[in-house]
Amino acid sequence: MKSFFAVLTVLAAIVAFWYAACVPMNIKGVLDAAERGGAEVMPATSKVRRDMGSFGLVAGNTFAIAQTWEQDRPRLPAPHQVISELWKTTVMKKVTSKRSLVYHAQVTLNATLLGFVIGTGLGILLAVGIVHSKVMDMSVMPWAIVSQTIPIIALAPMIIVVLYSIGVQGILPKAIISAYLSFFPVVVGMVKGLRSPDAMQLDLLKTYSANTSQGFWKLRLPSSMPYLFTSLKIGIAASLLGAIVGELPTGAVAGLGARLLAGSYYGQTVQIWSALFAAAILAGLLVALLEVIEKNVLKRMGMAS
Amino acid sequence: MNTQTTTQATAQSGAPEAVVEAKNLDLVFPTNDGPVQALKDVNLTINKGDFVSFIGPSGCGKTTFLRVMAALEHPTGGSITVNGMSPDEARKKRAYGYVFQAAGLYPWRTIAKNIKLPLEIMGYSKAEQDKRVEQVLELVELAGFGGKYPWQLSGGMQQRASIARALAFDADILLMDEPFGALDEIVRDHLNEQLLKLWARTNKTIGFVTHSIPEAVYLSTKIVVMSPRPGRITDVIESTLPRERPLDIRDSQEFIDIAHRVREGLRAGHADD
Repeated sequence: MKSFFAVLTVLAAIVAFWYAACVPMNIKGVLDAAERGGAEVMPATSKVRRDMGSFGLVAGNTFAIAQTWEQDRPRLPAPHQVISELWKTTVMKKVTSKRSLVYHAQVTLNATLLGFVIGTGLGILLAVGIVHSKVMDMSVMPWAIVSQTIPIIALAPMIIVVLYSIGVQGILPKAIISAYLSFFPVVVGMVKGLRSPDAMQLDLLKTYSANTSQGFWKLRLPSSMPYLFTSLKIGIAASLLGAIVGELPTGAVAGLGARLLAGSYYGQTVQIWSALFAAAILAGLLVALLEVIEKNVLKRMGMAS
Repeated sequence: MNTQTTTQATAQSGAPEAVVEAKNLDLVFPTNDGPVQALKDVNLTINKGDFVSFIGPSGCGKTTFLRVMAALEHPTGGSITVNGMSPDEARKKRAYGYVFQAAGLYPWRTIAKNIKLPLEIMGYSKAEQDKRVEQVLELVELAGFGGKYPWQLSGGMQQRASIARALAFDADILLMDEPFGALDEIVRDHLNEQLLKLWARTNKTIGFVTHSIPEAVYLSTKIVVMSPRPGRITDVIESTLPRERPLDIRDSQEFIDIAHRVREGLRAGHADD
């Protein structure tokens, strides 16, 4: 109960800061609109106001503070504006509607999950190879690391163009960008996990003259489960990021990335922010789902920490 | 049961049958600080049905020698045979079970499934696996605990389960590397008593590494005293204690005399540094 109030206090502080930040961020726009509407504004012309500091404007026009939280196209929308937009575009819209965030989230989710499955599969395969082959350890691992140093925002358009030129389009290019981001944490985690059995455990199998595949299935793979789940949680968040980034350069018409892009074309900041929050909520749900699975699996395996 | 009594009879009547024979055994580990002589000129014969303890300070090569028998390390000089074969061949013929200091049970397997691990690897049939699990669980007095997970058992019970795992396939030799080292004195006494009973019932040959003088004297028919740098044997003591050993035998004069000789051997080894 005590921690509940502490958490609530932190949340309240964040929201309060957000509201406070809206005032100086939006004051100029509010004053311009007020001037056009015939209200008395200090100073009176937008040209003079342009060179003034935001805090000075707020101090001179305290009447306008409430309006900074109610603009149509604010620089920074207030929390309740974002929440009401989220409400309107999820609960109040039919899921099949192009204006429904649920529809867009689901488009992105499809690419995310496909990319996650590809990335995880690839990551596990590479990790198995790296653990069992010195050559692969030395040749694959450096490239895996290098691959993650390239900004995905630079690489994504090239992946899409290259795939388009060989006739691959639709969900797959996005999924591949997702997979590109999510395979890496799985490789790193699984290499560590598959190597986690200690010398004694490996010696024990040796005394049974166990072969490599028996060692893998009976010892290495089960031992790696805690590492796998940690990787999967990072991987799924990376997958979602990849899917959104994959929607940006294509001018996609559907998906959370497309919503972000459309919002920025038309200066719809409320739409941008609500798409951002939708993405964050989606990522949170995915990670939470994995956490539930992790808890159950590890508990059943007697490895819960 | 019948076969066991006959083998026991032959072992006791005729000339002792050598199970392990080491001749001029050398083992040098290459390390970053130069080569380390882990074993030097080790000569030892272990007969069938012996309970042999290896005792000495750390670095004396007692564990290394056990590992050489198990083909987990390979000697750089001299020769060693296990059941008349090379250790590698002996391992493939399932000549020995190995018990480590930690029980090392898989947390995701029940006790029964843990004991089945070597049986699965060696390709025993399902029915045979179940039968053997029952047998060895009863042997280590864990009958009824097969369905439990390792974390539900005490440390001593876990170690007994790991002994059961080593007994599950028909190895004649049991190699134990400080199996009770991590347990407290009271549990240890109890397990030592049980181990002697188990040894009497199964007529296995046991190689047992320990730090503890009372443990070595209480358990063994033969005590091998070793000393470090380089690892070598300084004394081999044939115990005169009877095979039947209640715990209070440790207060007898005979026991104290043997313990004294072991202590002398350890001290002599140290005087060389």
